Amino acid sequence: MDGSHILTNAPRPGRPGRSLHRFANPGRFLRLAARVQPWLNALALILTATGLIWGLFFAPADWQQGDAVRIMYIHVPAAWLASAGYAGLAACALVSLIWRHPLADLAAMEISPVGAGFTALCLATGSLWGKPMWGAWWVWDARLTSVLVLFFLYLGHIVLVRAFDDPVRGQRAGAILVLVGAIDLPIIKFSVVWWNTLHQPDTITLLGAPSLYITMLWPLLIAALGYSATFAAIVLARTRAAVMERRIRALLAARAEALS
Amino acid sequence: MTHLPYVAASYALGVAVPAAFALAAFLRLGLARRRLAALDPRARARGPGKTGGAA
Repeated sequence: MDGSHILTNAPRPGRPGRSLHRFANPGRFLRLAARVQPWLNALALILTATGLIWGLFFAPADWQQGDAVRIMYIHVPAAWLASAGYAGLAACALVSLIWRHPLADLAAMEISPVGAGFTALCLATGSLWGKPMWGAWWVWDARLTSVLVLFFLYLGHIVLVRAFDDPVRGQRAGAILVLVGAIDLPIIKFSVVWWNTLHQPDTITLLGAPSLYITMLWPLLIAALGYSATFAAIVLARTRAAVMERRIRALLAARAEALS
Repeated sequence: MTHLPYVAASYALGVAVPAAFALAAFLRLGLARRRLAALDPRARARGPGKTGGAA
């Protein structure tokens, strides 16, 4: 065993999802990711810095909330990424269960800690915004509670994939948990519509006009793009490292086998 | 600025959390790249920064 199959698991011809396998080949992924990473890092840094500096120093204060509204430029992108990260995790889980592709398993393992971090950031900044506005750090509101459930789903995935002696079994169990937990995403999205919540309804929707003044909307969108690029850059770097570590383990195992 | 402690704490977290993840990821990536280059002659032959082509 030379371990080379780890990076050269080319798809079998005629198999469903062949084109997906072609792009998910770990060797091709490493080459492509090495080219994309510097651009993604630069984009993340420039957009995040621009969005946060604009939001903190140049965007107007809210007539009711005062400067506390500036927390929005952190809280809202973190909330979007908590859900988007989980959607990405669910997509990896689906690819893993259907095509059994090892790169999807590795990507899922690397997304969940980052997703948990951004969900924790969303919850923490939500508390810091809630205390001066609602007079409470936390309320068992439908939106807050469903995001807390999302945080526990991320933690559950992190623990479950590492809980088995056989990593493949752990990744399968983790993928099933993620897909079952995906029901939480529409609950988070529509919680402010379905229940009478203390949390405000969505100010930005896909179809409707935003109920946010343009001088607040621009820094919010830039901060959201910056945080999205940051999330993607971190996950990409972690997945690259995971693929290399897998290759290292395979090489070490091959050497040990050759010596014995 | 009104509510300064809450705003400052939020921005501190908003910078610290992604920065910590980014730093950890790039340290881990650098370590993996060096270890792979030391183990894999094909990666070593290609020189530093080209480990991505080790397939």
